[in-house]
Amino acid sequence: MIARYFGAAILAAVLMFALGLPLIHPVDPVAQSLMHALHPPSFESWLGYDHLGRSMAARLAAALRLSLGLAAATLLTTAVIGVALGALASWRGGWVDRAVTLFADSVVALPALLIVLMAGIILPNQPLAFWAGLSATLWVEIFRLTRATIRAQLAAPSVEAARLLGFGPFYIFRIHLWPELAPVLRATFALTFAAVVMGIAALGFVSVGVRAPTPELGLMMVELLPYWREAPWALLQPVLVTLATLLALTLIAGEKRT
Amino acid sequence: MIRALGWRLAQAGMVAFLVAISSFLMMRALPGDMVMRIAGARFGYDNITAENAELVRAQLGDPSGIGAFFGWFSGMLRGDLGNSLVSGMPVSAEIGHQLGATAQLAGGAIVLSLLIGPPLGIAAGLRPGGWFDRLTLLLAAALKATPQFLLGLVLIVLVSIALGLLPAAGHGAPQHLVLPALTLALGLAAATTRITREALVQARQSDWWRFARWKGLREDQVLLFHGLRHVAVPVLTLIAAQFVALMEGVVVVETIFGWPGIGHALVHAVFHRDVPMVQGTALMMGLAFVLVNACADIAARLLDPREARQ
Repeated sequence: MIARYFGAAILAAVLMFALGLPLIHPVDPVAQSLMHALHPPSFESWLGYDHLGRSMAARLAAALRLSLGLAAATLLTTAVIGVALGALASWRGGWVDRAVTLFADSVVALPALLIVLMAGIILPNQPLAFWAGLSATLWVEIFRLTRATIRAQLAAPSVEAARLLGFGPFYIFRIHLWPELAPVLRATFALTFAAVVMGIAALGFVSVGVRAPTPELGLMMVELLPYWREAPWALLQPVLVTLATLLALTLIAGEKRT
Repeated sequence: MIRALGWRLAQAGMVAFLVAISSFLMMRALPGDMVMRIAGARFGYDNITAENAELVRAQLGDPSGIGAFFGWFSGMLRGDLGNSLVSGMPVSAEIGHQLGATAQLAGGAIVLSLLIGPPLGIAAGLRPGGWFDRLTLLLAAALKATPQFLLGLVLIVLVSIALGLLPAAGHGAPQHLVLPALTLALGLAAATTRITREALVQARQSDWWRFARWKGLREDQVLLFHGLRHVAVPVLTLIAAQFVALMEGVVVVETIFGWPGIGHALVHAVFHRDVPMVQGTALMMGLAFVLVNACADIAARLLDPREARQ
């Protein structure tokens, strides 16, 4: 329980940095000034400048806004798709259930990064491709949990009574199923969020993700890697920010109960 | 058993269909004149001329038409994956070449993870709540929160650069395998450690464990003769399910360590918009996942025949 609050606190701090920085320190994250190249952290600029003299603080905040914003959008989409399909499959049963489960099982067979890479070819816009590709893969886990939970709940006497009284599926879902489902899904939501942040950074790191000069955590690591001897503090910043975000989400998810 | 395998077969068919649809969409969405792109990739970007483009067009036909899609799909069902748009070689030959290197890497990673994960899990499960159990929990959580590319980076910086023990990249000698395989294995081992521990704790609370103890076996004998077999089933299922994460890791790790496998090829194919190569790689990865899981289904049934008897 303490671990969960700790994770939430880290995430809140990261969010405050990402969203609050442009308000108090409005610097363009792609504005270069070679005079400042690899300038270490100082009192005027707390986080220093990168190899092209761009403000590290502004770039980190912009990269976080991109990653976290995409993660939030993806989480919303996957949650809607996963819960809707899971409810549909468990409610209707029979061949609908089998067809949707087969579809989910087949999507899972393809690595998420692969689907994101394919989406990157199909869609012209990188953030859009990330959103579409990650949404297309990450709904499966939510779907599976929803299906299993609702299936068990549908047999409960309270749900049966509500059905016999003539309440519609939406009412039953809201009153009887969602309160049981929400706590089960919380951990998966946190892990889905983490998977998006990790996926974007991984693709940026192997240079098939977001293109320069857009600030992105994985891309920043690759850009700063050649300067690790001169400016280890610069390389460490995106690394630590990524780790802190992922650690916070893992803590919020908590240990899976088995 | 037959039902489970039939399901896997349907899954394989569905995977092929999904790959075919996304490949078709990729072809349709390629920006600009695709023939120009291929000419650039084949002759160098300074030599994109109308003659070279016409040469490519004459060789390949119109690569974005709907006819090309059905041609590829029917070819795929016959086992023909088409030719790479960049090298002109058959995709199946290129992938067959790279698959060996990837199988080496993935196999090495699985073996390493089995050497690390289950022993730690058993040690933790023998004393649940002890300091070692808590330590492995902490380590597993930390590893789960570390992206593979960062882990690879840390290993390169620590082992190759700071200590100078192993080469940072390359392929051929056995010492080249260690770092990329270890990068993949640590993530896998984090999962297997926890699942082994859970399974062992559960087993030690079971009736059959107590019966085995009651009939006079020592704790280590029960573990050796009964426990390991029980623990193997969830570990096996987990590894099969994690295979897709392993493939995902392969894409990243091969790129970082310059390992000439299927993931490396995929990143290159994406970069050059070589759609037949992307299709072939996607198909291979998807079908490999289905095959591994079908094998795991069979192995789990052999290890634990109780379900079949019911």
